[in-house]
Amino acid sequence: MSIILSLLLLQAPHALPGETAVDPYVADNRHAGAAPFEGDGMARAFGGQEGIRRIVDRFVAINFADPVIGEIFANHDQVRLKRTLFEQFCFILNAGCSYTGRDMASAHKDLGVQKADMNRLVETLQRAMGEEGVSFPAQNRFLSKLAPMRRDVIEN
Amino acid sequence: MTYVRPLLIIALTLAAVSPQQGMARPIRNGGKLLLTNGITSLEGASGGGLTPWAVIAGNETSDGIGLSAHGTLVEVKDYDYQSAGVAIGIRDRIELSYTHQDFNTNEIGAALGLGKDFAFSQDIFGAKVRLAGDLVYDRLPAIAVGIQYKNNNQGAVVRAVGAKSDEGVDYYASVSKLFLSRSILLSGTARLTKANQMGLLGFGGGKQGGHTLQFEGSAAWQLSRRIAIGGEYRRKPDNLNIAREDDWFDAFAAVAISRNVTATIAYADLGSIATVKKQRGVLLQFQTAF
Repeated sequence: MSIILSLLLLQAPHALPGETAVDPYVADNRHAGAAPFEGDGMARAFGGQEGIRRIVDRFVAINFADPVIGEIFANHDQVRLKRTLFEQFCFILNAGCSYTGRDMASAHKDLGVQKADMNRLVETLQRAMGEEGVSFPAQNRFLSKLAPMRRDVIEN
Repeated sequence: MTYVRPLLIIALTLAAVSPQQGMARPIRNGGKLLLTNGITSLEGASGGGLTPWAVIAGNETSDGIGLSAHGTLVEVKDYDYQSAGVAIGIRDRIELSYTHQDFNTNEIGAALGLGKDFAFSQDIFGAKVRLAGDLVYDRLPAIAVGIQYKNNNQGAVVRAVGAKSDEGVDYYASVSKLFLSRSILLSGTARLTKANQMGLLGFGGGKQGGHTLQFEGSAAWQLSRRIAIGGEYRRKPDNLNIAREDDWFDAFAAVAISRNVTATIAYADLGSIATVKKQRGVLLQFQTAF
């Protein structure tokens, strides 16, 4: 049963119901852009899947409303972004998820993200993590996984 | 005439790096993460308080031109020190700085026969280029090289105490990295210098006349977005016959009061200065950056 389910997930919809269609791609955890943490310490520091879900929802909401980087998100599928970001964070934090979104370079292609935008994004994420009560050292540990992705995210 | 050489060096630096800037995108404002521009070291370079880091002044990224200004006060047992200066950070690549230092000998001036409240002053013109890497994001640490041209206003006095010259140039290379996974920043600098007490007591002396290689380092632990604490070490040459010079240490706390203001308080141990031992006290700095 689970094999059939995973086959279905692999082949089919790259976008789930309620999301805008995207060009086909093959899902792969490596697209998350970082190896997951070992053990469950980081997952617990982020309040498990429920905490991660709240952080992602808040993070996405802050970004869409942000005066500096809001316009980069303006035409994005917020529903899909929340799902794929949740999967990515949950996978990296080793909280029991697979990542089915696109790789970082494809997902950010032609967005025109500059270094200052990336730093702003770090600040909005810090805000979302802080509101959920994630400790500063745990926040930075997570950011250390995201930081090397900058070369795929920004426009060179 | 004395300023011709630093200006020439700065102009040559600009000329050397300008072609790549011609290709760059339009200027935009703002963008560095809090505290990642460092504070201003005593000689005007961005970094820690005692030593430069491989970071560029101001709050701008490679898409902007940043500015910073600072004032520093050091009160040790027998001496007062103030410095103030400005720096420009061009596209997070080149830093040009100017700092004026005043060193007041208070009562010791009288004991040394210079007169009470005798003061040494010095102008420092600095240039730094970040060659590669990034403090926060890339695996490669930030790597920078820099020069500091220093000109002391008490030529006759510094020669009388045994210095060879009232002007000198320091050359340095710095490597700096913020290890996010541990919230720890480490930075190391190698400096070629002939300065006595940064140059406030002139350059070169009877024990050692020319440049010597000295090592400096900082370690900082980021407690929150706005607060970092740490310590620094600066190895110093010992050139003058009449006055031993010691290595410097400090322990500091830096606070990003706002996006544009960083305040630093430190306890500094500057050792023996101008024949008087155990110069320990407080360093205070306000820096504003855009």
